[in-house]
Amino acid sequence: MKNSLGRKVPNGYPLFEASNAFEKKKRVLISEVKTKNKDKLVNSYAEVFEKLEIKDGMTLSFHHHLRNGDQVLNACMEEVKRRDLKNLTIAASAIFPNNEILVELIKNKNVTNIYTNYLNGPVAEAISHGELEGMLIMQTHGGRARAIEAGELKIDVAFIATPAATKSGGGSGVDGKNPCGVLGYPIPDMLYAKKKVVVTDSLVDKLTITDIKHEYIDYVLKVDSIGDSKGIVSGTTQVTFDPIGLKIAKDATHLLYELGVIKDGFSMQTGAGGTSLAVASFVREKMIKEKIKGKMASGGITSYFVSMLEEGLIEEIRDVQCFDLEAIRSYKENEKHYLMSASKYANPYDNPVVNDLSFMILGATEIDLDFNVNVTTSSNGVIMGGSGGHSDAAYGAEIALVVAKTMNARIPIIKKAVTTITTPGSDIDCLVTERGIAINPKRKDLLEKLKNSKLKIVSIEELMEETYKFTREPKPLELKSKVVGLVEYRDGTIIDSLYQV
Amino acid sequence: MKGIAGTLESNDCLITVETSDKLEIIINSPVAYLYEDEIKKTILEVLKNEKQEKLKIVMEDKGALDYTIRARLIVAIRRMK
Repeated sequence: MKNSLGRKVPNGYPLFEASNAFEKKKRVLISEVKTKNKDKLVNSYAEVFEKLEIKDGMTLSFHHHLRNGDQVLNACMEEVKRRDLKNLTIAASAIFPNNEILVELIKNKNVTNIYTNYLNGPVAEAISHGELEGMLIMQTHGGRARAIEAGELKIDVAFIATPAATKSGGGSGVDGKNPCGVLGYPIPDMLYAKKKVVVTDSLVDKLTITDIKHEYIDYVLKVDSIGDSKGIVSGTTQVTFDPIGLKIAKDATHLLYELGVIKDGFSMQTGAGGTSLAVASFVREKMIKEKIKGKMASGGITSYFVSMLEEGLIEEIRDVQCFDLEAIRSYKENEKHYLMSASKYANPYDNPVVNDLSFMILGATEIDLDFNVNVTTSSNGVIMGGSGGHSDAAYGAEIALVVAKTMNARIPIIKKAVTTITTPGSDIDCLVTERGIAINPKRKDLLEKLKNSKLKIVSIEELMEETYKFTREPKPLELKSKVVGLVEYRDGTIIDSLYQV
Repeated sequence: MKGIAGTLESNDCLITVETSDKLEIIINSPVAYLYEDEIKKTILEVLKNEKQEKLKIVMEDKGALDYTIRARLIVAIRRMK
């Protein structure tokens, strides 16, 4: 079967139609699951597995706020290995290189299905090489929240790594010895999983802020360490020093200003990549120069948005995940620095914050002549990322702007067709490169506004041809026919398939 | 006789040429799956212009563009001693 973008989808899966197709369906909500358990404290993973009778075929969930320092998913997998449980499904909001233990469990059929929003490192490579017996489903941040609340993704036990918790199961991400900041991603798991375990290395009597609510939590597991703080947050996130990245960021800022979206009351999101942060810093300069006051910054939060909040340039921060220590401090100290759950961030049915964005700065591994974007696989077809909030924000934002270099070590970014479609081109408005800016021809309104612009506006075809003069046209990629995974759009339909390499 | 030119920095390549009794081209490149034919074509063009037929050429590529490959190969050949 082929979906509306011409991508093959295995039989039996719903086909992607359009990014606004969710509007035709009603929101589905299962009941929230609260606990009656009073005696919650346990002292080992083995004890939790006994008490919750975790067995073959169950679905266990995890969040990724501890990023590459996480030890909770890993410790659970050690316990799975000891018990030799089979056919488990892992639903982790993201999987990082330090979760390598999964490779062994995949090969031994302990883990046979995986749901995640972002995947890179050895686990991604093993799955690309066809090791996973069942299916990898790559969701979006909003799509995962939607699937959980709708009961499509049924979670038996959610393990919620929590930097500080009380004995009754309340939890916070800002206290304790390994703080990671707001806990936005595990909120749907906390509300709807059948059983919930808070895993902490810091038991406290009182919390500064309560992100995890005790009435939903069945057990509190006290361990020596939930993670390595060096892998959890970067001390500082930095603007790029690369002159090409800086030129792209400067042009992107000019473009946004000419399009009239940097104006009083605007809202924005940028990633934590060097070029995205450079855009944030140029936007800040523009706001100071033109005396513009913004409304909101959202997404993963860095020190750049914190200083804009504290300088009074924006009114509030909507934070799903802190990227650095400054963001954690700000969440503790600033009243207008709010947590947003994964659902409030990006779930199409939850009137999400992404819908309020004036602009969103996005990255791309590949972009094609229809403006479809790939951030899931690299040019050799191996999985190395995933949507995260990419397709959610691209749909919600008034201007979805991709910043990218035309080539990277000979590999051109613009292709006739991307290897994998993560985000449909219908939601991508502008591509800013060092060799020119391409506007999606569907956005006639934007092209009209830029009629007299001094910026170098060209067609995406011209950009591709110019790049190929340097790189030459790449040979088409040959992938095996075996489907190892599916890219699930935020509404639950399948936008593309992932093939064995 | 042997000559070397280039670096192992991203977007560059390190090329080693050696006299041999036949033509031998070894390409180690992260972009070989997309560009091996193009890289080989560029190398053969340079060899023709430089009137070289029997050489062992080892290229450690880091995603170099054609003009970089050409420049590195010409210099490596002219450095041979």
